[in-house]
Amino acid sequence: MLSRARSCRSRRSWKTSSSKPRAESPTTMAVITYRDALNMALREEMHRDDRVFLMGEEVAVYQGAYKVSKGLLQEFGEMRVVDTPITELGFAGVGVGAAMAGLRPIIEFMTWNFALLALDQVVNAAAKMLYMSGGQFPMPMVFRGPNGAALQLGAQHSQAWESWLAHIPGLKVVAPATPYDAKGLLKAAIRDDNPVCFLEGEMLYNTKGEVPDDDYIVPIGKAELKREGEHVTLVSHGKMVLVALQAADQMAKEGITCDVVDLRTIRPMDVDAITASVKKTSRCVVVEEGWEVCGVGAQVVDYVQRHCFDYLDAPVLRVHQADAPMPYTKSLEKAAKPDLPKTIAAIRQVLYLD
Amino acid sequence: MATKVMMEALSPTMEEGRLVKWVKNVGDAVKTGDTIGEVETDKAIMELVARGDGVLRAQLITEGTTAAVGAVIGVIAAADEDIASLTGAAASAPAAEAPPAAPAAAPAAAPVAAPAAAPVAVDAAAPSGPVRSSPLARRMAAEKGVNIGAIHGSGPGGRVIRRDIEGAAAAAPVGTAATPAAAAPAVAPVATASSKAAPTAVATAMQIDGEFKDVALTQMRKTIARRLSESIGPVPTFYLTSEIDMTKVGQLREQMVANGDQYKVSVNDIIIKAVAIALTRHPECNAHWMTDHIRYFSAAHVGMAVATDDGLIVPVIRDAQLKGLGQIGKEARELAKKARERKLQPAEFTGGTFSVSNLGMFGIDQFTAIINPPEAAILAVGATETKPVWENGQFVPRQRMRVTLSCDHRVIDGAVGAKFLQTLRGLLEAPMMMLF
Repeated sequence: MLSRARSCRSRRSWKTSSSKPRAESPTTMAVITYRDALNMALREEMHRDDRVFLMGEEVAVYQGAYKVSKGLLQEFGEMRVVDTPITELGFAGVGVGAAMAGLRPIIEFMTWNFALLALDQVVNAAAKMLYMSGGQFPMPMVFRGPNGAALQLGAQHSQAWESWLAHIPGLKVVAPATPYDAKGLLKAAIRDDNPVCFLEGEMLYNTKGEVPDDDYIVPIGKAELKREGEHVTLVSHGKMVLVALQAADQMAKEGITCDVVDLRTIRPMDVDAITASVKKTSRCVVVEEGWEVCGVGAQVVDYVQRHCFDYLDAPVLRVHQADAPMPYTKSLEKAAKPDLPKTIAAIRQVLYLD
Repeated sequence: MATKVMMEALSPTMEEGRLVKWVKNVGDAVKTGDTIGEVETDKAIMELVARGDGVLRAQLITEGTTAAVGAVIGVIAAADEDIASLTGAAASAPAAEAPPAAPAAAPAAAPVAAPAAAPVAVDAAAPSGPVRSSPLARRMAAEKGVNIGAIHGSGPGGRVIRRDIEGAAAAAPVGTAATPAAAAPAVAPVATASSKAAPTAVATAMQIDGEFKDVALTQMRKTIARRLSESIGPVPTFYLTSEIDMTKVGQLREQMVANGDQYKVSVNDIIIKAVAIALTRHPECNAHWMTDHIRYFSAAHVGMAVATDDGLIVPVIRDAQLKGLGQIGKEARELAKKARERKLQPAEFTGGTFSVSNLGMFGIDQFTAIINPPEAAILAVGATETKPVWENGQFVPRQRMRVTLSCDHRVIDGAVGAKFLQTLRGLLEAPMMMLF
């Protein structure tokens, strides 16, 4: 299994290295990629605080498997941009130790699928260290990397892990959808004294958006109403926010307007933003990348039923991945993924339009 | 093709109606437009007409039963058509077979017999078991006082959802949609102090066996109660009282009566005419409070509160500023008669811009009336009495009448109301000025 994972990693690195050149130096409110927004956040925070360092597989010489760390080795040197062997449990543990020693490590997992190997450090060490040490050891560290399915990477590499991580007390879980939020939230995560799992949408790296050159923070734990409407609330995060927005565009042609709530942070979840919207619309659809059972959407539904029961005019519906390992076959993969047609169908169903 | 007979919104504010009588029996042939039943709305007894041709195959509620607007209460279909899907379990048991066996069934010792007119709203077409409804629909139904059990839901499996409650609560007026004034929030039975002064037939016929007797609310009484509360609660009201010398009005009326029946007018008719003229001179008092704006009217549609055996209703004399006293008198008599017989059509009691409530005939010398929202003011008229008035160094007998204007201060300021009253007094004290 390990060898399969490695071969897959090198394959992805190969693909990524052939991607097109990107904007080198962002300017004020430039339109840049999600990838470059993350790069900006890392660079700015490493300048701001010399305790911050980046560690992971291929982050230094190779400039990052997804080129998020491009230029950082040259700028900050090999003491602060550290290449590691393929040892997720090991370097995640080094990160925990470094945080205990007073540094602010950023651990890059080449993808969150590989972080499973390091879960003992993430879940048992990082998440619980502050509690089990009686408050002696804060954990100012970030675990970050791409999350969710891309295209035809097979069952082991096409998984969205936010509900697993959000289940653990002690962890904060962040999943930005836009370049703007990616920069602001990564900066917030680096400055946070708790371990933050930062889930970057694997399919979002090349998406573009306006990103200020300024030093701004998007606070962890605050959702954003990405679009306002009155007939139905779409709750989403990460990559699926784009799908929700597309669905809202399409429904608007029929005169149906959607509130699109981008959670941005899965834990702590912004219950107020969700419930305020659902109280307005009385209907809710949750769109997420992960599986249905015990998914993030299940948590959203729980909040909605507890806080908005008397406001609901229809059951809350969920759009999610099929309850099966992600197929490799292209047509089956498409069938298994949550997408625009499934979201539209759920919206129509929750509005009793069909 | 079967046609459902629905409880229709026969008035702008109707949320539910009581089926007074089935005019057609099961098995009778009916054509579109035929009267098949009579329905007591919140204001009147109206005819329920067929919306399709065929045979009245099922009566799904019994006479005397209340159903929410939109509820299916009967089925019209071809004689041999299968209507089981429309009537559900009730198909083989038409309502006629289940008359309320109240007297026999009531325990003999019951001190207070439940009034026969306190039916539970039912929708026999609905599936048995708990009502399927969304939590929102249940909350809205409770807030709006809609009987959710009587609504046939449009959601999956008949689930009652928001749009069903909204449809039941805000059903469109049937006969008044074309008139502009009907676009304003419904103006229904007036809320005036005279509501206390109208003992109803129910009350006089009441025989109290025990210490008290509970009487079910009529649709009209429910509406009066709701709208009274709406008015006295949120409306910041102030009151202006003025005493008017009615001597010349009295003389005028005597002259007219002396000229024959065709000139027979009441003091109230003259007051309505004077009010209409004063409103055209003070359009700021001829207005509706619309929450986010004020609507001013050019025409004076003057409502006149009429006490009936069941409660109050305010038929409207439209364009009173353009009508002569004879015309106003004729219309007022007709409207009052129809109101007492509960035959008023919605178009006849909606769209008022200002109301007049007169309790002079009951010997009330002065009172304050409660505004009929969304109107901005109401004039309460007391009795005309002979009083000594100091004039030119001596007391002379004069006919004096006290009127009180209740004003919604959100629309009308004190001086504005006072000027209106000043004009009104001028017109009544010198009625010839109405000619100008």
